[in-house]
Amino acid sequence: MYQTTYVRASSLAEAANLLRDNPDAKLISGGQTLVPTLRQRLARASHLVDIVHLAELRGLTLEGDRVVIGATTTHAELAASDLVRQRIPGLAHLAGLIGDPPVRHLGTIGGSIANNDPAADYPAAVLALNAAVHTSRRTIGADDFFTGLFETALDPGEIVVRVSFPIPRRSAYEKFHQSASRFALVGVFVAVLADGSIRVAVTGAGPCVFRATSIESALARSFTAEAAESAAISADGLNSDIHGSAEFRAHLVPVLAARAVAQAR
Amino acid sequence: MAQINVKVNGRAVSKQVEDRTLLVEFLRETLGLTGTHVGCDTGQCGACVVHLDGRAVKSCTMIAAQASGSEITTIEGLAKGDELHPMQAAFHRHHALQCGFCTPGMIMTAVDLLRRIPHPDEATIRANLDGNLCRCTGYHNIVKAIAAVAESGAGV
Repeated sequence: MYQTTYVRASSLAEAANLLRDNPDAKLISGGQTLVPTLRQRLARASHLVDIVHLAELRGLTLEGDRVVIGATTTHAELAASDLVRQRIPGLAHLAGLIGDPPVRHLGTIGGSIANNDPAADYPAAVLALNAAVHTSRRTIGADDFFTGLFETALDPGEIVVRVSFPIPRRSAYEKFHQSASRFALVGVFVAVLADGSIRVAVTGAGPCVFRATSIESALARSFTAEAAESAAISADGLNSDIHGSAEFRAHLVPVLAARAVAQAR
Repeated sequence: MAQINVKVNGRAVSKQVEDRTLLVEFLRETLGLTGTHVGCDTGQCGACVVHLDGRAVKSCTMIAAQASGSEITTIEGLAKGDELHPMQAAFHRHHALQCGFCTPGMIMTAVDLLRRIPHPDEATIRANLDGNLCRCTGYHNIVKAIAAVAESGAGV
């Protein structure tokens, strides 16, 4: 790891000021992606601004018809939350599939979505559930948040504060693990929102999480596993690597969507 | 330099180290607690697992400064004097180790598991070892040892 300066921010405003004054500073929350990346010298940070202790970023609450989750909520906390398990079971299930237990004890939802790894799990839930991302400056809808490979709509210095999930009628997440990394080779989140609309989001398959509109259309006609599995997904532009070809990933998308439909509750 | 104030195995420690010092480096090199191992260096093998405020974490995947203000338990902190922790005793009794390199992390993960889930079935035990690699045993005796401690109710 290159030399860095660790600063534990005492407020969101202080963290924002540190980022503004130090363009090569990075936020650290759980650090479960950032620390390995720094260790391999794939990234360097003049400062590590630790925001995990900020009270403004905590909390897991029911607000009307939404579940609002603070950015520093860990995967383990979310997976174990009775509120999330009851209201959005697909989301709680997803959180329990991330990494492994020690990773889940530190990694956070805010860090995961801000990083937008193409094989991360949370982006699929945020996009399928049409969540809203509240930042230190504004609110960004899920459809506008994830913009590309490791890219989001966040501006430099903008900090994810909480994520607000509308409570769906039904939800489920099915993941095909890449067995060494525990990331998603492909992951599919299926949600039936309160207004009856159906959203299907796919992670791991492409350079960025995306909606499988052909499966959404098929499920709108018939919300059955058979309908999901019969929808075609093109391999064009999907990821291809030693773990799976683009064609294999394209094949997995409707298979996992069908399993998710069968599990949705 | 970063000021690190932690409680390690019940003992208060205050040290200054480089900001980039990993928690595992702090434990092994600054404090001399070499029971916590470094296996893969990439955050995947779990040989470096310790307890941070009662939760299993990978000490190679956080910097020491992140842990300042916390209580840390390492493998050295489990036994009571000459009396092994029940999990250590079970690993011994069930031959849950061969070379022993992964063992400190395995035991710390196993103790954490039984604190969260006192009576896991075999599938749950295996799923919770996702983050700990053993290249000798094939895991069977590790699972047996953890199941035995769970059954005895002596887990934590």
